[in-house]
Amino acid sequence: MDFLGISLPSYSLETVFGSAISGVFLGAIYALVALGLTLIYGVLHIINFAHGTLLMLAMYAVFFLWSVFGVDPYLAMLIVVPGGYLFGYALQRSVIGRTSHGRDEIILLTTLGVSIVLENFALFAFSANERNVQVPYDFDGIDLGVVYIVWPQIAALVGSLLITAALWCFMRFTDTGKAIRAVAKERQGARLMGINVEHIFAVSFGIGTACVAAAASLLAPTYAVFPQVGYLFVLIAFTVVVLGGMGSFVGALVGGLVIGVTEQIGRLYLGESLGLITISAIFILILLFRPTGLFGQRL
Amino acid sequence: MSMLTTMSTGNMQRIGWAVLIGALLAAPFAIHSGRWMEFIELTLFAALLGQGWNILGGYGGQYSFGHALFFGTAAYLQALLQYKLGWSPWLTLWIAIGGSVAVAAFVGFLSFRYGLRGSYFALVTLAFAEAFHVLSRSLVSVTEGGRGVQLPLNQDPEQALATFQFTFAGPFLSEAGYYYTILIFLLIGFAVTGWLNHSRFGAQLQAVREDEDAASALGIDPFRVKMSAICLSAGVTSLAGIYYVQKFLFVDPGIAYGPGKSVEALFAAIIGGVGTVLGPLLGSAFIHIVGEFAKETIGAMLGDRPGVDLILFGIILVLMLAYMPRGLVGLVELLWRKLMTKRGGGNA
Repeated sequence: MDFLGISLPSYSLETVFGSAISGVFLGAIYALVALGLTLIYGVLHIINFAHGTLLMLAMYAVFFLWSVFGVDPYLAMLIVVPGGYLFGYALQRSVIGRTSHGRDEIILLTTLGVSIVLENFALFAFSANERNVQVPYDFDGIDLGVVYIVWPQIAALVGSLLITAALWCFMRFTDTGKAIRAVAKERQGARLMGINVEHIFAVSFGIGTACVAAAASLLAPTYAVFPQVGYLFVLIAFTVVVLGGMGSFVGALVGGLVIGVTEQIGRLYLGESLGLITISAIFILILLFRPTGLFGQRL
Repeated sequence: MSMLTTMSTGNMQRIGWAVLIGALLAAPFAIHSGRWMEFIELTLFAALLGQGWNILGGYGGQYSFGHALFFGTAAYLQALLQYKLGWSPWLTLWIAIGGSVAVAAFVGFLSFRYGLRGSYFALVTLAFAEAFHVLSRSLVSVTEGGRGVQLPLNQDPEQALATFQFTFAGPFLSEAGYYYTILIFLLIGFAVTGWLNHSRFGAQLQAVREDEDAASALGIDPFRVKMSAICLSAGVTSLAGIYYVQKFLFVDPGIAYGPGKSVEALFAAIIGGVGTVLGPLLGSAFIHIVGEFAKETIGAMLGDRPGVDLILFGIILVLMLAYMPRGLVGLVELLWRKLMTKRGGGNA
């Protein structure tokens, strides 16, 4: 086949299968990043452009905990997750909540402003250099025959499944979770029932940020951190969220896996660089033809 | 321009415009510092980007997050047709504008046909810009890929006008040629937005911005109006792309389709005041002055590191959105009205 002068190679079923499997592991990471974004959208109905930047900050936190104090990136979760929660809570309460009067694209702009400030703060403070967390088990893993999977990839997959399950249980069985769902569904009614809506908004934003901090821990052994890393992830996270249906956890998980697999197969056939076009293409097509996504509307 | 109802303020406004344009035209004769001329040129460039965005975002209420799409397409066409086919820049210029408008028509048709509004429109424009970013990086045989396109520098003063390059264009043009290029482009942008303020189409566009359903109840076709707006917006934005290539003789995927130009356009228009003729220029001037100031003070204190200016711009953007949604133009109008009522005149 020929695509704009680039000939598409043909691969054995095994190679394609191997790509698909590594796509599943990649997709788990995407799902994890998208989880917080979809929660924030489901409750506050805002698209948080700063989500990727928050991921980037959390990755720096993990990196510095490792490089300065020698904390293992997975153990760092115990620090960055509560830290992410507090940061997100404060950000919503003191900045984003204050500008939320009016149209949704204004809020989108506010979060864009926040992301520009944070990204350039990172550029200013930490420079544009890429930094890597190195762990001794970096390259250990399992050979699945068609593809070699390293432990950090397995940890990311298991971690994202566990976190999705935990979040689902939290929303289902705790009072705070119920309050969040009430606010998501009908904020005026929730307010009349005595729920402090502003507090719940900030709690949701905090939990969303905590999720992204957890993602940062799981990402750290396999991804380099640099100030613009958030921009790469935020576009993918948007795609995952839109594909899965804004506000749906299951959607984020399925969407993440679909995007991961599509990206890997796209890279296999179209090459490392052009393969990325599959993500934008899915994003545009879903926005145009099915903006409610696969698992639409409900939280 | 709600407050300018009386004759005297109307005249004042006209005088104000004459002074501003006169000052801009005379600037190269008064300012001989190359550094300051460069500063003003870049201010006008960002103002032009902002003005392009403003037509669709400010007047039409359709907030694009991917305006680099129109800048980048024009820049690539302008550069590639000269580089690969050796065409005259004066010919490629029209193709660059046309190509940019065609991309706008394509994106606009898909978005508006499927009824994308608000944040969804913002996201789809971002996604298109990213798709073009990936394409321009990947289709190496067409675009030269990540290396970018470098146009040869013309060193023959005789050929300066023919090559649309002013670096070696003789005593006056080598200093002011690019300045007048961007100024003329910006004045075209002013003319378009000025026309939007007074024309039937402009009124229809603003009606669609305020309430699409009400507008269509009045017999306006929102789809047609928004399509015209995005094409017009792309046309003005494409001028910035043409200027950029002729001035810097270089374009690459990051410059053309990266988020930088989209954000620059947003900054100028929103900080200055959306939906106003003067807003983008005011916003651009403000952020450039703040940026220069930051470089002089904070940069001098902490060493010249990147990022300081954008941290400030981001903070200003958020503060503006929170406390001054009508931008600097809104602030100026407010102060002006206070001054007038204090004097007991003006709005009699």
